[in-house]
Amino acid sequence: MIFNQKITSLHLDVLKEIGNIGAAHAATALSNLLGKKIDMRVPKVEMVSFNDMMELAGGSENVVVGIYLRIEGDAEGSMFFILPIEQANRFIRRLIYDESFDFKKQPVSELGLSAMQEMGNILSGSYLSALSDFTNLKIYPTVPGLSVDMFGAIISIGLIELSHISDNVIVINTSIFEDGAEDQETVKGHFFLLPDPDSFDAIFKALGVS
Amino acid sequence: MMLNNSNGQVIKVGIAQMDVVKLPNTIRTSGLGSCVGVILYDESKKIAGLIHVMLPDSSLGRQESINVAKFADTSVAAMIDLLKLEGVQKFKLKAKIAGGAQMFQFTSDKDSMRIGPRNVEAVKFELKRHGIPLVAEDTGGNSGRTIEFSPATSTLHIRTVNQGVSEI
Repeated sequence: MIFNQKITSLHLDVLKEIGNIGAAHAATALSNLLGKKIDMRVPKVEMVSFNDMMELAGGSENVVVGIYLRIEGDAEGSMFFILPIEQANRFIRRLIYDESFDFKKQPVSELGLSAMQEMGNILSGSYLSALSDFTNLKIYPTVPGLSVDMFGAIISIGLIELSHISDNVIVINTSIFEDGAEDQETVKGHFFLLPDPDSFDAIFKALGVS
Repeated sequence: MMLNNSNGQVIKVGIAQMDVVKLPNTIRTSGLGSCVGVILYDESKKIAGLIHVMLPDSSLGRQESINVAKFADTSVAAMIDLLKLEGVQKFKLKAKIAGGAQMFQFTSDKDSMRIGPRNVEAVKFELKRHGIPLVAEDTGGNSGRTIEFSPATSTLHIRTVNQGVSEI
């Protein structure tokens, strides 16, 4: 169990590289899907408290579009793709050629929801297959779930496994943004990978760091 | 802010934390998904405690020192002790609870997927064990909730993204 003490900067670099490779593939997939350039930031790997985790995407009450899936197999964990509502609206409008689409307008159009679900499928699939190729670990994603709700309510499901043994979480956080967006400084989306505590050993071992 | 308490402050409680509130303040926790917000209150003394419960059972925990606020089975007893320090008698306490949603629909048999309903069950079991009447609840469903309790009126305000604000 490496969870609290034995994490070295080498371990952090390995986790960063996972975030880098996974998110780069996902950003490319998103870019192909939308026909638009998508840029990403250098991944951040942090150990944060549950409450600080809430601040990574605008606070626990901030309403976001969230895609969530579980990873099972040689390494297990939770993965989230989080978009601010406005950004998700822009992506989906572009995908389904419907400028009036809005996640805030009830009831949300089925076509839009299903497009979002499919986008989640494609992005998380590319992230995880890149991760699997890189580590040679066999990992299987569950079918992603979609929720438009408060960030805290969405992310807390990913903290459940961890919370049995810790009050902190190691999060691999990669931000993406749309190239040419009006405000380049604002992060437009996040991939959060939260490996289960017992899976860190498998990941490090697979990459020759123990 | 949901409640208009002009001269009071809002005490904020984070995930797996708990705190006590007295007049003229109110107490709030935000972004409850599968977690359950538990209010224990004394109507006459106008003192209340809020717990943001994350897991049903501390025996599932594998930590040496546990955070008592995180688990249903340890937090209710700990809150009763905190309220006793404020001069509240246990038999005067009543409870209101909210949360325990299932944010994502999965066909997985993994237990963590049913964590919302299990948290609600565990909290109710604890309240019963301590003889605290559950006066009102807003639990289940698949929406996140932000809740705020006012000890002045003993009302619990609940906000969801799509259904607006309700009171119990």
